[in-house]
Amino acid sequence: MSQRKRSKGSGFSQGDDGDEDFNLSQMPTHSQVQRNLERRSQDQVNQKVSELVQFLLVKDQKKIPIKRADILKKVIREYKDVYSEIVNRAGRTLQQVFGLQLVEIDTKHHIYILISNLPRAEGENLHRDNQTAKLGLLIIILSFIFMKGNSPKDSAVWEFLRRLRVQPGERHEVFGDVKKLVTEEFVRQK
Amino acid sequence: AMAAQMTDAHRRFLQVLMSHGIMEGSEARKLHRRCCEIHKVYYAHDKLDDFISTINSHLQPLFMQIRKGMSESDGRAHYALVNLAETEITKMASDYTENELELFRKTMDLIVLSENGFASSTDILNLADQLKTKKMKKKEVEQVLKVFVEDKWLSERNGEYTLHTRCIIEMEQYILSNYQDMARKCNICHSLVIQSQVCESCGIGMHLPCVRKYFRAQTEPRCPQCNDFWSCDIP
Repeated sequence: MSQRKRSKGSGFSQGDDGDEDFNLSQMPTHSQVQRNLERRSQDQVNQKVSELVQFLLVKDQKKIPIKRADILKKVIREYKDVYSEIVNRAGRTLQQVFGLQLVEIDTKHHIYILISNLPRAEGENLHRDNQTAKLGLLIIILSFIFMKGNSPKDSAVWEFLRRLRVQPGERHEVFGDVKKLVTEEFVRQK
Repeated sequence: AMAAQMTDAHRRFLQVLMSHGIMEGSEARKLHRRCCEIHKVYYAHDKLDDFISTINSHLQPLFMQIRKGMSESDGRAHYALVNLAETEITKMASDYTENELELFRKTMDLIVLSENGFASSTDILNLADQLKTKKMKKKEVEQVLKVFVEDKWLSERNGEYTLHTRCIIEMEQYILSNYQDMARKCNICHSLVIQSQVCESCGIGMHLPCVRKYFRAQTEPRCPQCNDFWSCDIP
């Protein structure tokens, strides 16, 4: 499934199959990327840009931050030697067409999200209803954590929610399996 | 003629449509007006389709499009943001696991090949037992179906499942080419039809809203193709 080609003069090497397939510490420099670009057809590179834009949009709709490793593995693949160019073009396209900005929220682990460039408007419902409710719950939890100096015990958080009638044991009308929502989904969304 | 530039009004419209996946016509018209108001862009009343064409000209290099289609349940126009590249199951591929995709494909088979365009949960559960990728237990199937409904690939009614309008709009070309003669086209509007009424004599099918519209003006309902008496209840 993965390519094992060696790109001549591209200034990096591919690791073994599996997780090391995309050795992130050896990304090509800007001038290397420009040289590598010349060896690719415009159409092929543009195709990768489109795929990346779609990939980012789909991931963002699920509100899951996007890892660079996933981008490389699932979209960029053998075009890794021009990765930075593809990402830059995708970022520009997202801004020009969608008014969205690609932001790196974790520069160490290279994790991205999309945020809207557009000014906030009053009373706008960008989310479906159950998403808005989940967001409300998340904000309440975060406020509680903040008030407690950022590291309350799990039990304190659940006690707080219990007083708001949101309990881990029962199935909540709107949120469903609350424990799962909080411990899995919210944590996954960072 | 060159398409107009994207403005923030277009971008806002696109962002909102994207978060909904699909929007009913009157909702879309309201949104068009609102976006123009917020960003102080000239609002051409009744020119939603032109507004959307501008957006589409910029989406085209990305193999995406805002497409208009009809809901099979109420006949109303809806707008959906669709992916044009390749076969459409691949778009879902980044969201679902392999066996979930297999379940979806098999459910779609059931729905498209059925008379009335619906698959019962019992039938779908039976499919899950025979998945080649990885079997699914009943609880898991129920959960996956719920996600498919939330994500607007399927619609549910009384424990039965059909394709969501958004799915039909997005996957119409794929369905017609994948199922060929086994997928029907409506005799009136010539679009793909999933929930159809069928003529008992000659076998042509029609959307329920198309049936309603067509027979409204007639004293005696007769098949537009073979002229035999139309035996189904007019919706």
